[in-house]
Amino acid sequence: MPMPLDSYLGIHPQALKLSAQRTELLAANMANADTPGYKARDLDFKSALMASGAASSAAGSHLPMTQVATTSSAKHIALDHMGSGSARSLYRVPLAPSLDGNTVDAQVEQANFAQNAIRYQASLNFVSGKFRSLMTAITGQ
Amino acid sequence: MPSFNIFDIAGSGMSAQTVRLNTTASNLANADSVSATAADAYKARHPVFKSLQAALSGSSAGAQVQVSGITQSQTAAQARYEPGNPMANAEGYVYSSNVNVVEEMVDMISASRSYQNNVEVMNTSKDLMLATLRLGQ
Repeated sequence: MPMPLDSYLGIHPQALKLSAQRTELLAANMANADTPGYKARDLDFKSALMASGAASSAAGSHLPMTQVATTSSAKHIALDHMGSGSARSLYRVPLAPSLDGNTVDAQVEQANFAQNAIRYQASLNFVSGKFRSLMTAITGQ
Repeated sequence: MPSFNIFDIAGSGMSAQTVRLNTTASNLANADSVSATAADAYKARHPVFKSLQAALSGSSAGAQVQVSGITQSQTAAQARYEPGNPMANAEGYVYSSNVNVVEEMVDMISASRSYQNNVEVMNTSKDLMLATLRLGQ
């Protein structure tokens, strides 16, 4: 008998996983805010979530702030190094790139990080609520 | 659950900014140092940051930052005519350091802000992880 718990929890476990991955990328962006030549990275949350098979329909769209990271030579280090099950990271298109080649905008990263943390907590609350109602159903109180 | 990598990443950022603050402190402390020759004069020091590529350091998504070296400013030391100074050479000149105090102060503020950013990242991640631990309670 297949476990119905996964479908019961819905989209939220996938959203949690992606949020966690995005937290890591944004943390790396902020740690490298003063590194010359560092390119800020981010996830396209919507299409990543759809790629994970959790979303039902809705047309895919790319984040206007990012572009797909590509290599221009076969000898370059492969960008798809994040292992199976994790979403591809994209490079952020800078609003005002600095002269040293760094594309991290601390304010943008801070805003995204705060938003991502709230989203993570929201997903956590949803999952928590699902568990609570499950417990209510089990104990019958 | 956010992986423990975030603590490594934010920690690497904090230690890199600490090195930057250390060089700033050294530069400001030696801003008025003088010496007898231009070669011996104190040169302003600045760290060079480099991101540790994730593909090389492991399987994580984020890149840590590391200090790849300390550079010394190549600006020429200024010569001052101070015959009374015990450090003065035969012509009566002393060579002062090439530290730009205003530049150093700005650098210090920037380093401090970046450090605070990393602390904030660490605190938020810690709160999220603790909330994940309490899941279902």
